[in-house]
Amino acid sequence: MGGGPPPSVSLSLFVKEIVVEKNDFKVVNKRVLKMDSLGLACGEPVFTDDVDINGMLYGRILWSPYAHARITKIDTKEAEKVPGVKAVLTYKNVPRVPHTTAGQGYPEPSPYDTYILDNKVRFVGDRVAAVAAETPEAAEAALKLIKTEYEILPAVFDTFEAMKDGAPVIHDEKDAKNIPDARHNIAAKFEFEVKNGEWFKDADFVIEHSYKMPYLQHCAIEPHIVITCFDPFGRLVIRTSTQVPFHVRRIVAQALKLPVKKIRVIKPRIGGGFGSKQEVLLEDIAAALSLKTGKPVKIEYTRKETFISSRTRHPSTVRLKTGFKKDGTITDAEMDIVLNTGAYGSHALTVMMCSGSHTIPFYKVKNNIKFLGRSVYTNLPVAGAYRGYGATQGFFAWESQMDIMAAKIGMDPVEFRKMNYIRLGEGSPVFKAMGEGREGVEQVITSIGLYEGIEKGLKAINWRAKKEKNKGGKGVLRRGLGMACMMQGSGIPEVDMASATIKMNEDGSFNLMVGATDLGTGSDTILAQIAAEVLGVKAEDFIVYSSDTDLTPFDVGAYASSTTFISGNAVKKTAEKVREMIIAVAAKILDRKKEDLRLEGGKVVANDGAACGLSEVANTSLYYYDQHQIIASASHYAHTSPPPFAANFAEVEVDTGTGKIKILDYVSCVDCGTAINPELAEGQNDGAVLNGIGHTLSEELEFSSNGTPLNASFRRYKIFNTLDMPPIKTFLIPTFEPNGPFGAKSVSEIGINGPLPAVANALYDAVGVRLFDSPFTPEKVLAAIKKAGKK
Amino acid sequence: MKKESIRLEAVNGVFRISLTVNGVKKNFAVKNNEFLLNALRRYGYKGAKKGCDTGDCGSCTVIFNGKPALACLIPAFTAHGAEITTIEGVGTVRNPHPLQEAFVEAGAVQCGFCIPGMILSSKHLLDVNPSPSEDDIKKYLDGNLCRCTGYVKQIQAVKMAAKKIKKA
Repeated sequence: MGGGPPPSVSLSLFVKEIVVEKNDFKVVNKRVLKMDSLGLACGEPVFTDDVDINGMLYGRILWSPYAHARITKIDTKEAEKVPGVKAVLTYKNVPRVPHTTAGQGYPEPSPYDTYILDNKVRFVGDRVAAVAAETPEAAEAALKLIKTEYEILPAVFDTFEAMKDGAPVIHDEKDAKNIPDARHNIAAKFEFEVKNGEWFKDADFVIEHSYKMPYLQHCAIEPHIVITCFDPFGRLVIRTSTQVPFHVRRIVAQALKLPVKKIRVIKPRIGGGFGSKQEVLLEDIAAALSLKTGKPVKIEYTRKETFISSRTRHPSTVRLKTGFKKDGTITDAEMDIVLNTGAYGSHALTVMMCSGSHTIPFYKVKNNIKFLGRSVYTNLPVAGAYRGYGATQGFFAWESQMDIMAAKIGMDPVEFRKMNYIRLGEGSPVFKAMGEGREGVEQVITSIGLYEGIEKGLKAINWRAKKEKNKGGKGVLRRGLGMACMMQGSGIPEVDMASATIKMNEDGSFNLMVGATDLGTGSDTILAQIAAEVLGVKAEDFIVYSSDTDLTPFDVGAYASSTTFISGNAVKKTAEKVREMIIAVAAKILDRKKEDLRLEGGKVVANDGAACGLSEVANTSLYYYDQHQIIASASHYAHTSPPPFAANFAEVEVDTGTGKIKILDYVSCVDCGTAINPELAEGQNDGAVLNGIGHTLSEELEFSSNGTPLNASFRRYKIFNTLDMPPIKTFLIPTFEPNGPFGAKSVSEIGINGPLPAVANALYDAVGVRLFDSPFTPEKVLAAIKKAGKK
Repeated sequence: MKKESIRLEAVNGVFRISLTVNGVKKNFAVKNNEFLLNALRRYGYKGAKKGCDTGDCGSCTVIFNGKPALACLIPAFTAHGAEITTIEGVGTVRNPHPLQEAFVEAGAVQCGFCIPGMILSSKHLLDVNPSPSEDDIKKYLDGNLCRCTGYVKQIQAVKMAAKKIKKA
């Protein structure tokens, strides 16, 4: 194939910057221990549930047993009589305000189709009523005494059935807003086409396949939990396990018709989220119970409720039709995705958009591009944000199809990818066309280390030698190799905004207050590293606080892989302002010009060697001269969303007797720009990869024919443990992203997108069968092997 | 453990039990239908976490009479006379256990919710097997689910801790 294209020269444009900046990094890109980790390892009481509040009531929710029904009668008199019961809420005594539970920028691009409580239930696990009582037992007893009569409505569980004329209309309420086609259960729809001539005219081959993913749950080990109470001024305080404290404040205010100023949202430490906590799931109902009773209320999900009534990944059908030439040029691509959003349209539009906007630009398509996306209501649990956010579904299709296309033209799948992936300086019409609720933003790739990532991965998994060795495999156990490449984004351009405040203390330490929401990712630590790098101090000189709507400045929250890139830039700008203020004071102390001063090693140093400590600067500003607090805030929003890139490699052993796939080795190479904290970046990727391996081999939420979840527990919904895990190796591929703080891009989501296509390709390599619907359970693999054998 | 025949009686559904938590004698009043996890958390041992309440995730792991056990599955009244170690008894921020230090140094703590249980399981492993192989570690920790880390750095942390303890 003529050796393929030249390697992508990811660094060439910015070599000067890198050399200078890299050599100079003192804190960034260095090993710094995660600052909250010792407290967590010692079991300090830092989570939502770890406080004791006097007089707290226990809230419980009555869930719908039916997939689709209208409440014709609901009688709470008996429930209210249970000793200890303080409030029972139904749709009759809460405000009816259509809203979305999705924590997104305002106005949200998701339909307003949700009510605190409604007279209609739309899935098994939908809210019917809520109770607050002095003991959990009393609350449970009261739930059982709520007398509800239902008119059971026909239900629909399949997205294609739901779109047909005459299908049950799940959102027939008149006051819902922004549902594009309620009669056909379409919660979001988007079409886009680039046409440069006749479709598939230049193609030597055209291939079309459909790829499916099922319902998946995030399985954060801390279930959703909220405690609502009142402050001494009678304001509502919401202590909650959330990724989006500021969106929680806004949405609760909206749903309960309260002024924002009457609400304070506190995010303590969070026990994992992965998108499931980018959502207002309990805060509104707990707040309603607190407002009704005047008392603190706690509501926590059981594990079962987390599976059924929180959020899931959107089940998907992606039909991908591609045209390509014998020389490896991709000429046409038509991607048609149908997502199941479940009973409500939380994230219905945006996940759908990302399934295309994160995947289609990844490979150059010469002539025609078409995207058709539909998010469809069904009477099943509600899909929402989940790590990978549509790109997971999209890349399963794309990266499987890349191997199929390569095989068709007899090209090495690695070379085929290398030939076609987007290069430094290149853009795509998709970036501009496909935004998240508004038009996207034009952008070109400003850093990419994919070539280096692919080469590193090939070497690490010993690709060529193993390929040779596996050739013509015989016997029951067959080995195979597969790979997949991908990209993600870094925040939502021109939508996401973050801000930070830094305040200086007498000893030269600083408080860093950020709205950015550390949910276990380590963002508090990496944000301190960024600030420390600017101010010439150590990360430990920062006392980081996140997040509290009363005390920390605004941030959209932890989602869209935005924290390092968006919040990190906000922190960098803030620290630069503080640096100016410090230098202004030091200039007077040292009697030097400001431009001759720099911050270094905890001191302000002049070009001639004169220096003063930061504590002297702080004390001067606070006590001695021209007194003022050295404090600054800054905000950041971005015009681009530089993608991180990754190349993943899997070696599998397939038992042709049982259909069991065993992953023998997994290598994941990630270009996240400058890794602000390499150890934490690796940890993000390791976790994302194992989560992806889980949905590749075992995870699937199953339902009975009437829409009741069948395996809503860790015992029946299998997530991987230490014995199941394969060897996972993460390699960080350094590049320098000029728009990122000290060259950084995002890292948290991309890793989850690799395992499904990489293992699909490895399975094909091992036994010559291809699966188009996940998970690849032994039953499915065995059936496919048998079917192939019969041909 | 001395084995005594103990007769406990519930008064209005409440048992009064005596037990040793982290080396300190304690008296708990526990409901007859209450599990040990709930009782421990009510009495301030918040390090034991509730992740599933069905014995599947391992977040509530404590050392119960010398062995790791799932506090969410143990009826609280059966802890009468028991010796229990919770994460608070392993080490503190001021005086951490080598395992706690190793988890920090290895970058093995992300959200941290599973970590107390994971450290208690690891502690028992190192108590009975001071030089565990990687397979030993994997076998021992298979009841402690983590969704953040992929277990990679946690396994490294246990290896590091084993070395630290041997040195000390």
